[in-house]
Amino acid sequence: MMRIKADTGVCVGSGQCVLTQPAIFDQDDDGIVTLLTDRPDDETAAQARAAVALCPTRALSIVQE
Amino acid sequence: MTKSVAGELADLELPVERGCPFAPPAAYERLREQAPINKVRLVSGGEAWWVSRHEEARAVLADPRFSSDKRKDGFPLFTLDAATLQQLRSQPPLMLGMDRAEHSAARRPVIGEFTVKRLAALRPRIQDIVDHFIDDMLAADRRPVDLVQALSLPVPSLVICELLGVPYTDHDFFQSRTAMMVRRTSQEDRQRAFAELRVYIDGLITRKESEPGDDLLSRQIARQRQNGALDHAGLVSLAFLLLTAGHETTANMISLGVVGLLSHPEQLALVTADPGRTPMAVEELLRYFTIADGVTSRVATEDMEIGGVGIKAGEGVIVSMLSANWDPAAFKDSGELDVERGARHHLAFGFGPHQCLGQNLARMELQIVFDTLFRRIPALRLAAPIEDLPFKSDAVIYGVHELPVTW
Repeated sequence: MMRIKADTGVCVGSGQCVLTQPAIFDQDDDGIVTLLTDRPDDETAAQARAAVALCPTRALSIVQE
Repeated sequence: MTKSVAGELADLELPVERGCPFAPPAAYERLREQAPINKVRLVSGGEAWWVSRHEEARAVLADPRFSSDKRKDGFPLFTLDAATLQQLRSQPPLMLGMDRAEHSAARRPVIGEFTVKRLAALRPRIQDIVDHFIDDMLAADRRPVDLVQALSLPVPSLVICELLGVPYTDHDFFQSRTAMMVRRTSQEDRQRAFAELRVYIDGLITRKESEPGDDLLSRQIARQRQNGALDHAGLVSLAFLLLTAGHETTANMISLGVVGLLSHPEQLALVTADPGRTPMAVEELLRYFTIADGVTSRVATEDMEIGGVGIKAGEGVIVSMLSANWDPAAFKDSGELDVERGARHHLAFGFGPHQCLGQNLARMELQIVFDTLFRRIPALRLAAPIEDLPFKSDAVIYGVHELPVTW
């Protein structure tokens, strides 16, 4: 099963993930990534993967469990 | 020329002017086909690594072993004259010239201002601004109209002025200085423009320190005071970067985007038929024109191997975002303007920790401008042949000086 991990330490707040899949990714008031859920479902998985690939600092990763 | 392989010195001296207004210089394609990374000569003297493919461009820009500090020995500057270096070293660095912890400390306090949610709240005001300038265009009985002065420059200038708390009445001053700074010609003019703008912004920050307003810069001042130490020079650098990057780049993309769509009527028809396509069209136009090619240069801080070549500490690396964005391995038929291709992985805003801070503001401005302009003036057309348009072939940021349009 697919799980998303976010490393807030290297996030630079580009917002690419929020633009790509707002059902999974959000930003806090300081612009840093937060996960609304770390378990994408069938509907959100493809866009979640796209968001991970677009992250400019590779703050996002996918763990298969 | 002799065929070069990875790591060898290629027959290319930078910078190269864009000959065709749309396509990258022919040499870019030749080099990209030969190897992902080659060595090239710089007009200013010396050599640098040239990264031409999408995959390696992303790898370099995301790798913290490359420094963005222009003051470091080996950084590939296109102008290496003593006066420019002296000016660079005498001023506090801008965020885009910082590395690692220093860069993070400068960027983190500001990114909350540019979240997708905060920007969405600006949308109605940006729509008003765009409508206002189009009202003025329609009200004038004079044609053709120069779209650069009527729309491309005023929209992002007024938006960034309101966000930062800069008086819009000063727009002639900061627009002309910024345009001068990004031209490759006339080193003295460039340095004077830089110095004048710095003095202007220094005064602006000083005023805000005593009379804060409801704006980004005043909020940064309050935030720093709360944390105990006001960094005046750092605030000047921040304001300088946001003001200049916030209008010149977007203005050029508005103009070029309009040229791109008007010269590809079948693509424009797709966008006007369904505004839902506009966000992807904006991504494609950003990719196609890649106006800030070459600003993503770096210097290696240690020896490493990347893209099949050994790069040594102290060697300069130029990542060509334009070349990467036309890499057919990443974008099929990359020479075609295709608003439906889904070009989100373009590198027009860079990649890595320095990726454009204002990218989502730029996206929104471009989307609103294109949607509104072609909806309100459906008969818009160029009033001069494309080949006669004065493209900014000599500027670090590509664009067009004037854009006569009629309807």
